[in-house]
Amino acid sequence: MPRTLETAAHPERLRRVAIEPLTRVEGHGKVTLLLDDRDQVRQARLHIVEFRGFERFIQGRPFAELPVVVQRLCGICPVSHHLAAAKACDRLVGAVRLSPAAERVRRLMHFGQVLQSHALHFFHLASPDLLFGFDDDPAHRNVVGVIHDHPDLARRGVLLRRYGQEVIRVCSGKRIHGCAAIPGGVNKALDNTDRELLGADIGPVIQWAEEAVALMRRIFLTGGERARHFAAVPANTLSLVRPDGALELYDGGLRARDPKGTTIFDHAPDQDYATLLHEQVKPWSYMKFPFIAALGPDAGWYRVGPLARINNCDYIDTPRAEQARRDFAALGDGRPVQASLAIHWARLIELLHCAEAIERLLGDPDLIGDDLVREGQSGSIGSGSTGLGASGSGSATGRTGIGVIEAPRGTLFHHYEVDADGLVTRANLIVSTTSNNQAMNESIRRVAQNELTGHALTEPLLNQIEVAIRAYDPCLSCATHAIGQMPLAVTLARAGGEVLDELRRDPDGAFHREPTGPQSVAANGGS
Amino acid sequence: MTDAHSTPSTDSASAERSAFTLDGRCIPFAPGETIMDAALAAGVYIPHLCHKPGYAPHGSCRVCVVRADGRELSACTAPALAGLKVESETEDIHALRLAVLQMLFVEGNHVCPACEASGACALQAVAYHCGMLTPRFPQRFPQRALDASHPDFILDHNRCILCELCVRASRDHDRKRVFAVSGRGIASRLIVDAPSGRLGDTSFSSEDEAAQVCPVGAILLRRRAFRVPIGKRRYDLAPISRTGDVATQLQAELEAETLDT
Repeated sequence: MPRTLETAAHPERLRRVAIEPLTRVEGHGKVTLLLDDRDQVRQARLHIVEFRGFERFIQGRPFAELPVVVQRLCGICPVSHHLAAAKACDRLVGAVRLSPAAERVRRLMHFGQVLQSHALHFFHLASPDLLFGFDDDPAHRNVVGVIHDHPDLARRGVLLRRYGQEVIRVCSGKRIHGCAAIPGGVNKALDNTDRELLGADIGPVIQWAEEAVALMRRIFLTGGERARHFAAVPANTLSLVRPDGALELYDGGLRARDPKGTTIFDHAPDQDYATLLHEQVKPWSYMKFPFIAALGPDAGWYRVGPLARINNCDYIDTPRAEQARRDFAALGDGRPVQASLAIHWARLIELLHCAEAIERLLGDPDLIGDDLVREGQSGSIGSGSTGLGASGSGSATGRTGIGVIEAPRGTLFHHYEVDADGLVTRANLIVSTTSNNQAMNESIRRVAQNELTGHALTEPLLNQIEVAIRAYDPCLSCATHAIGQMPLAVTLARAGGEVLDELRRDPDGAFHREPTGPQSVAANGGS
Repeated sequence: MTDAHSTPSTDSASAERSAFTLDGRCIPFAPGETIMDAALAAGVYIPHLCHKPGYAPHGSCRVCVVRADGRELSACTAPALAGLKVESETEDIHALRLAVLQMLFVEGNHVCPACEASGACALQAVAYHCGMLTPRFPQRFPQRALDASHPDFILDHNRCILCELCVRASRDHDRKRVFAVSGRGIASRLIVDAPSGRLGDTSFSSEDEAAQVCPVGAILLRRRAFRVPIGKRRYDLAPISRTGDVATQLQAELEAETLDT
């Protein structure tokens, strides 16, 4: 889709509508729309208005702290950050291959992470739009409405999430911000009590996951053409895949495909990400815009996350999820599925895969063991300037740690440089939401163009913008390296800047109209 | 400073029967013992950070403040006296201790969620024991660089509470004098015995007792960060009032158990 709505030629002559804060997404963001006198949308932008600065304030810290510190970026997918940082640290200590127990514990924990995050996202954040319709009364279109109208579904959502959290707790000591992975391995394996505890509930979890897939399938197919085209944008896709092409969430090679499904690169080593992907900065957002270097900044934007992964993988190595994937793939007629609402479907297929994979891992004897940490043969980085290992002081490999993982929302890159003493000198994090930045912008432009333009703006219409953003499950907080709740305000202003109308949604969901009067519209709606 | 109260030359039988009261409980003491020594020997915990049995009393952290016959004293340096009336677990003494801890927390950069000593940190454990759950004073956020020059250790000045346990261990037990405190007042800081000022240029070694005594996350052994899982860390197993100096045996047993499993 052409980026016709990214930058309007004369923003000063246009009316500005801001959706701020965005609700039912994590972190603070806003959408601004510029409209001309005929209510035609001329510009639409998703702005991420937070700044966190983790990349800066970990400088000077010992690298072994990274997995524990950097997971604090997020309260929803901390395990993914924990593990991405740990994988980077594995490189720093030269432990490229972990012990069987360590790898299994990490994988188990990550399946728990993706399962709980997907459950939270679908049931809590997204299901109100899907169950009640985009234009349902906002006082009802929320999780409380879901609990009231569909108590069993809501309960399953909660229990699914709880199960994922329990997996995380068993592995890492805490449901949120625990600690399991350390450079070169993990600090404990599971014991039989842990396995029995988690094994006791996995049956219903798989069943609920399967039913959730069926529910989303029904919602999508019932939605017909509208569901297929809503916020749909043809995008390149990026994800990790296993060497045999299977869906992979913890470790693999990078695969990128264009909107037709043609491979751009495949099984590319994750350590080479910086040559495959470049990042661009735009003056109107704190969030960077990464792109596939070979395609350039204009054509190289891509989508990550459940839809990208399910489109990209050749198969899923658990039977029920694979069956669901085949059913899903038929939708695309041999091409990648591009519907934004299909992201939810793909998400639930992954949730089912995680549940099946957890069951399989719980039966794996290697989950229990005492071989937990592998020390590196190569660099002994961090052993001080006087104690660098035999394989050479200051070699680039020993000083650079890159860890790539598939977080719930998509591919997550952690890249650290350390000095001879093992202190962090530089860090670069590309989080999933950053990768999806352009794709989300394209999706909201599609909604603006198809659904909004020419209409007087109402809350249900503006909610469609948010529905598109929610499909991506953005974690706006970690995208700018958030705290607080999302407010949402829609301002209607004359081209001269005079505010005509303002709708505001409070964090509690209540909608009210601001008293109007001549006031200046914030300048950031312009170019 | 322990010399001030040399053993009185009375007959030893009556000296051994000497006792003071701590919160109404009778605590016997031997000549030369401090209030802290006698309390710990009797199994009564008085919160403390800079004190360690077997080390010369220091009296710098002030966490062990008690009221003895109406005067606030540090229990680790005050000599036990027969008939002394000592209060420790009272509301106003709690308030004093809490304030001392709250000041310690804002003086440095004590970020428990990111610290590898969390769960095994005496400052954190004593703060929990004393009921400190939130900060009270404005954070000072000092900017202090790490010293990672040593092959086996990292010195993180952000977390140093100037208890001087490492100073005393190195001087009195290791006979090395690797550590000292320099500067005055708020500018006081831990320094090391090398012209470069870097730990890597001193004789500090993992064999040193000074390597084992840091009660916080200031002297960090490399390649051990976060090795002990949550639930098995020293103060996960039992609160500091039990695992601390009162029951070093218990602590050793618990840690041995952790290593075995």
